[in-house]
Amino acid sequence: MSALRLASVHKSFGDNEVLRGIDLEVAEHEVVCLIGASGSGKSTLLRCVNLLEPLDAGRIWLGDEEITRRGVDVNAVRRRIGIVFQAFNLFPHMTVLRNVTLAPRDVLGLPRDEAERRALDLLGRFGLADRRGEYPDRLSGGQQQRVAVVRALAMQPELMLLDEVTSALDPELVAEVLNVIRELAEGGMTMLIATHEMGFARDIASRVCFLEEGLILEEGPPHEIFASPKEARTQQFLERIIEAGRL
Amino acid sequence: MASEGDRRADPEVERRSRLLGGLHFEGEGARGVAIALLSTVVFVTVVVVAVTQSPGWPEVRRTFFDWGDISSSFPEIARAFVLNVKIFLVCEVFILVLALVIAVLRSLPGPVFFPLRALAVIYSDLARGVPTILVIALLGFGAPALQLTGVPRSRVFWAGVGLILVYSGYVAEVYRAGIESVHPSQEAAARSLGLSRFQALRRVILPQAIRRVIPPLLNDFIGLQKDTALVGTLGVIEAFNQSQIDSSATFTYGAYLAAAALFVAITIPLARFTDWLVARDRRRRQAAGGFA
Repeated sequence: MSALRLASVHKSFGDNEVLRGIDLEVAEHEVVCLIGASGSGKSTLLRCVNLLEPLDAGRIWLGDEEITRRGVDVNAVRRRIGIVFQAFNLFPHMTVLRNVTLAPRDVLGLPRDEAERRALDLLGRFGLADRRGEYPDRLSGGQQQRVAVVRALAMQPELMLLDEVTSALDPELVAEVLNVIRELAEGGMTMLIATHEMGFARDIASRVCFLEEGLILEEGPPHEIFASPKEARTQQFLERIIEAGRL
Repeated sequence: MASEGDRRADPEVERRSRLLGGLHFEGEGARGVAIALLSTVVFVTVVVVAVTQSPGWPEVRRTFFDWGDISSSFPEIARAFVLNVKIFLVCEVFILVLALVIAVLRSLPGPVFFPLRALAVIYSDLARGVPTILVIALLGFGAPALQLTGVPRSRVFWAGVGLILVYSGYVAEVYRAGIESVHPSQEAAARSLGLSRFQALRRVILPQAIRRVIPPLLNDFIGLQKDTALVGTLGVIEAFNQSQIDSSATFTYGAYLAAAALFVAITIPLARFTDWLVARDRRRRQAAGGFA
C-alpha cells in the first residue's frame, strides 16, 4: 500500500493555474524529491497534501484514507503529516522545548513530563539538547531549521513534507540541515521533498520528479533523471543548474 | 558563525531599546549627562521666567497655586479618588476580556462568520463614534430610570458599563491590529501540527499579538483612567466632582491641581511599568541565554 497517493490534483490561485493535474504515488519508506524551477508548483503541491490549501479538483489519499473527501477531520490528518517550511516558522515567543512540546501536549494530550522527555530525546539526537531553553531568535538559521524538523517529528508523523528547507539558509549552514534529513531517510521516514539542492536529491532520493508548469513532466530514479533525462525541458533545466554550479 | 554575532550586536535592536527607555541619553558617558543637564536647566529657566513675567501671573498664582488651598482639599479629593481607581480597575478587567472577544470575532475567516464579523464592526464603529460623556449620561440616567427588577440602579454601575462599552471598541481595534500583525505563516505552522483554529489562536497568535500591542493598550488605559472623571457628571462624588465642590467653596482652583496630581501619580508609574515589561520581553527573547 502506498503511503500517499495523489490523483489528478488541480489548484489555481485566481487565474493562475499552479497545479494542472498531478498524479503521484509515494510508497512507504520512500523519499521522493520534487525538482523544478521556482513557480513550477512544488510548494503548492506540499501545501495541498497538508490541506493548507483546498484543492480545486482531484483526490489525495494518506495511507488508505482519502483526505480530500467531504467532512474529513483536517486536524486529525495534519497530525499524521509533518511539514517543515522554508522560513522555519518557529514560534518566536516560545523556547525551543516549548516549540517542540506544544503540539504533543495540546493535540495528542500527552502529559508534560512525557512530552518533554520525548522532545529532549529528539533534540539530543539532532545535537540541540543544550538549546532547549533558548528562544528561536537566538539560534542560527541552521539550528532553527533543525528545531523545526524536531518539532514536526515530535508528532511521530507517518509522512514528512519538506518545503525547500535549506533555501533560506546561509551556505555554510546548509550541510547541517541536509545531514539531519539524510539521517531521517536512513531511518526509513517516508518523505516528499521540494528542493533546489540537486546533489542532495541525487544522493538521497529513491525517486525524482521534475515539475514544470504544474505538471510532473518526468520522473524516475535519480541516476536516470540526472544522468540521462528524456524530456528536453528536463535537460534544459538541469543544464542551467549545472551552469550555476549547483550540481 | 557570522549571523549569530551580527544578531547579538544588532544596531536596530539597540536603537529601539534606547528609544523605548525614552529617558536615556544618546551621547556617550559623562559628556552626554552634562549636556543633558545644561540644556534642561536652560529650558526650565526660560519657561519659569516667561510664565512669572506674564501680566496675569499674580492672579493666577493666587487662584491656582495657593498651597493652603491645595493641601487642605487634598485629603478629601484623595478619598474621592479611591472611587476613580476602583472604577478603573474593575472596568479594565471587563474591557480586556470583551475587547478580545470582539477582536477575535472580527478576525474569523470565511462566509459563515460574516454576521459575527459585521456585528463586531458595527459595535466598534458605534462605541468609538458616540462621545463617551453621552454614553455615560444615557446609561447613567436612563438605565436606572427604567426601574427594572434585578437591574442595578446605581449610577456608578451604569457609568462603569458605559466606560466598558466605549473602551472595548477602542481596545478591540488595538487587539485586531496585533492579530493582523502576526504573519499568516505562524498560523500555518500551528495548524500544520494539528492544532485547531482555536488552539492556534490561543497558543500561537494571541500571545504574539498581545505582546506587540502592550504599549497602545496602556495608552488606552491611561485614557480610561482619566475618563473615570466623567462619572462625576452623573453627580457621583469622585475626584473631579470633589475638586469642583472644593473649588466653588473657596473660589480658587488649587483643588483641581490636587486632583490632577492624583491622576498623574497613577498614570506615570503605569507608563514606566509598561516600558519595563516590553523591554524585559525583548531582552528575554533576543539578549538572554547566550552562546556560552
